[in-house]
Amino acid sequence: MAVCVAVIAKENYPLYIRSIPTENELKFHYTVHTSLDVVDEKISAMGKALVDQRELYLGLLYPTEDYKVYGYVTNSKVKFVMVVDSSNTALRDNEIRSMFRKLHNSYTDVMCNPFYNPGDCIHSRAFDNMVTSMMMQVC
Amino acid sequence: MEQGPGGAAAGGAGLLLPLSDTEQQRYSELFSLCCSPAPEGGSAPAPAAGGSKVGDLFRASQLPADTLHQITELCGAKRVGYFGPAQFYVALKLIAAAQSGLPVRIESIKSELPLPRFMALKNDIEMRYGNAAEILGVKFQIPHPILEKNSFRRSDEGDKKQETKSPPMSPMCSPPASPSNYQRIPLSYGYGKSRSKLEQPHGVSYEARHSTHQQDGPATGNYGSKSALVHSSLSRFLSVESEPQDSSNYPDDPWRITEEQREYYINQFKSLQPDLNSLISGSVAKNFFTKSKLPIPELSHVWELSDVDCDGALTLPEFCAAFHLIVARKNGYPLPDMLPETLLPDYLQPASLKPKRDCALLDSYSESLSVSQQTRDFNRTELETVCEDPTNSEPLILFDVATSIVEPTSVEEMPDKSALTQDANSDDNQALNISTTTKTIPKDFKPSQHLSVKTVVQESNTLKARPRSRSYSSTSIEEAMKKGEEPPMPPPRPQKSHSRASSLDLNKIFQQNTQAVKSGWLPPPPALPPRPFVSQQGPHHVTNTESVAQAKSSYVEFRLKEQTEQVSEIELHPQMNRAPSQTEESSPMRKEILLTQPPSKPIRRKFRSENQMLENQELTPTSSVTSSLPAVKPHLPAQNRQSSKQKRAIQTAIRKNKEANAVLARLNSELQQQLKEVHKERIALETQLEQLRPVTVL
Repeated sequence: MAVCVAVIAKENYPLYIRSIPTENELKFHYTVHTSLDVVDEKISAMGKALVDQRELYLGLLYPTEDYKVYGYVTNSKVKFVMVVDSSNTALRDNEIRSMFRKLHNSYTDVMCNPFYNPGDCIHSRAFDNMVTSMMMQVC
Repeated sequence: MEQGPGGAAAGGAGLLLPLSDTEQQRYSELFSLCCSPAPEGGSAPAPAAGGSKVGDLFRASQLPADTLHQITELCGAKRVGYFGPAQFYVALKLIAAAQSGLPVRIESIKSELPLPRFMALKNDIEMRYGNAAEILGVKFQIPHPILEKNSFRRSDEGDKKQETKSPPMSPMCSPPASPSNYQRIPLSYGYGKSRSKLEQPHGVSYEARHSTHQQDGPATGNYGSKSALVHSSLSRFLSVESEPQDSSNYPDDPWRITEEQREYYINQFKSLQPDLNSLISGSVAKNFFTKSKLPIPELSHVWELSDVDCDGALTLPEFCAAFHLIVARKNGYPLPDMLPETLLPDYLQPASLKPKRDCALLDSYSESLSVSQQTRDFNRTELETVCEDPTNSEPLILFDVATSIVEPTSVEEMPDKSALTQDANSDDNQALNISTTTKTIPKDFKPSQHLSVKTVVQESNTLKARPRSRSYSSTSIEEAMKKGEEPPMPPPRPQKSHSRASSLDLNKIFQQNTQAVKSGWLPPPPALPPRPFVSQQGPHHVTNTESVAQAKSSYVEFRLKEQTEQVSEIELHPQMNRAPSQTEESSPMRKEILLTQPPSKPIRRKFRSENQMLENQELTPTSSVTSSLPAVKPHLPAQNRQSSKQKRAIQTAIRKNKEANAVLARLNSELQQQLKEVHKERIALETQLEQLRPVTVL
């Protein structure tokens, strides 16, 4: 379903970014980058009081003509950004949430690997496979 | 191909060799088997047949060497030194004749002979299938749709193996089967490489798959359709049955952990975590596996594969799987994308059950074990001897003996085991998938590495592996240590006046003394340098004064008095020891004492207040000395000087020791003082804390 999936570290650099189709990769990279501002805005808008209750799923960050961008942030300020095709109207919010949940679980599994140093790029094959499964549905 | 070589063989040898169809097919199979890399017609890339497949094939016929020599002479020596198809065919015919008991003559091969039997490498399958030759042969040739896929996938790697099997199988096949066998040849032929012999003992399933695969193409035309259906079902059983055996006890399966490997892994687990039921934490495992010197991404992948529950820790089966993967990787096997079924924790969990499972299979397969086992062992030994082991130089183990028993029997007992296999179908399918994935491993690696993986298991290997792991530890423990979190720096110790470490460094002590003096401490006087001078007798007081002067020059004056006093006191001490024995010496000393006593008295009192122990000790001797002084006075110098010189050295030595003792004693007192102060501070803090702590405990 997703056209592009990105995992952004706390310091706002990408840990993992992958998009299909691959020819417009730069555009998606740019989109993800600009979406980070929106993510930060949403996080700060929550306020300190709501830190504990802040929901991880941020929802639609901003829609454009061609696609919609959804955001999700973990408690460690790792952000997941997903770009989905606007033409795919069948996608519901719950589905996006479930996709983010899967992403989060896979990310946690990557973290559990002692050979993975937090802050490194994610090269886990399991993670790749999971992302592929999410993105392959588009085709 | 059939007719051509047959005719050529007949013509080339100058004989009209009547080759029956079966013979033709068999021979062409063998020929194609032997000449796979050199299709132009040479039976072996090298003209020397002995070292090549032809030679191996001939040896596999289990004929005595001289017979083989005769045969090669008869057929090949006439030629230009290589085994062309004609020579090869003649040779095969002669081998058949020899095996039948006929003399090795050209004449003997003119008659109809059974097909030559090649026992060892290629023909263990024949042996295995000997019991149900025709059926099995037919079975193998049945095209099976399911297996085709697998065989297609594995065709690249496995066909090599297959081709070795196909020829052996053909003789066992009934005539109707032989065409199919023959059909198989060209296909297998295409894939052939020198690995054929090495890959001989690959599971029945491989054969089945390949046979079915190969059969599929050409076989359809060859078979009658009616047999095909029957055969297909049987072959399905065959392949299916062979699957579990492949996956379960296949000796060449690199993803199967043998008992020895398992024991080794368990021992390693114990070294990391004595409780076998608990987990190894991620960091511990990371340090351990880092010793294997595999690159981190690969280790990360291994972890991903093996930590199935993704909890960041390894249970015993997970650890065994991870270790096994690392071992395999070190031996050259690329890591799979999915964890092989044989490495799943569920599979590995009943560590004690695994042998039981083997035993169960063994029981069921007990009948045909002996023969097939022998052949397998033979094959394995052949494989081991042939296969290179780049990583380990140790001899390879026949660790599969127990496990492989199942394998050879699998085919034979297929019909019997249909029930078993049906039960294990699901596993088989998984095994199929897994085996197919594992077969994606480059061909080159597989055969040798099967055995090289085995080598890891071997006891000698384990012995070497353990030192290997130790060697890992020697080098990479440091890396691991570096990688591992460094313990937080301990809080900086208060150094300051703690001079214990350098207590014997006199200069430091002096400096400390000076500092201590400045800080207000009243340490016992060191008075070390002046001391030796003090020991001199005649010019003692002169030297003493000199020493005192020297001391003065080097110390704070306030300290100097203390030092001199200390010197005198310390001198008194040793001198007190010597008093009874060296009255002469002591007399001048006492003079000094007398001289120094009055001025030192007030200072001594100061010392008393602080260094009570030392001063008390020192005062008493001085008092005693002073009492003895008047008695000593009359004796004096004239006699003393000679003996004093002799004893001066001893006294200096003693004094030095005494000085050192004094220094240490002083240090001790200093530290005790510090300890007292620290105690006081602590008590003060504790009282403060108690005062501040709210009274909430009720």
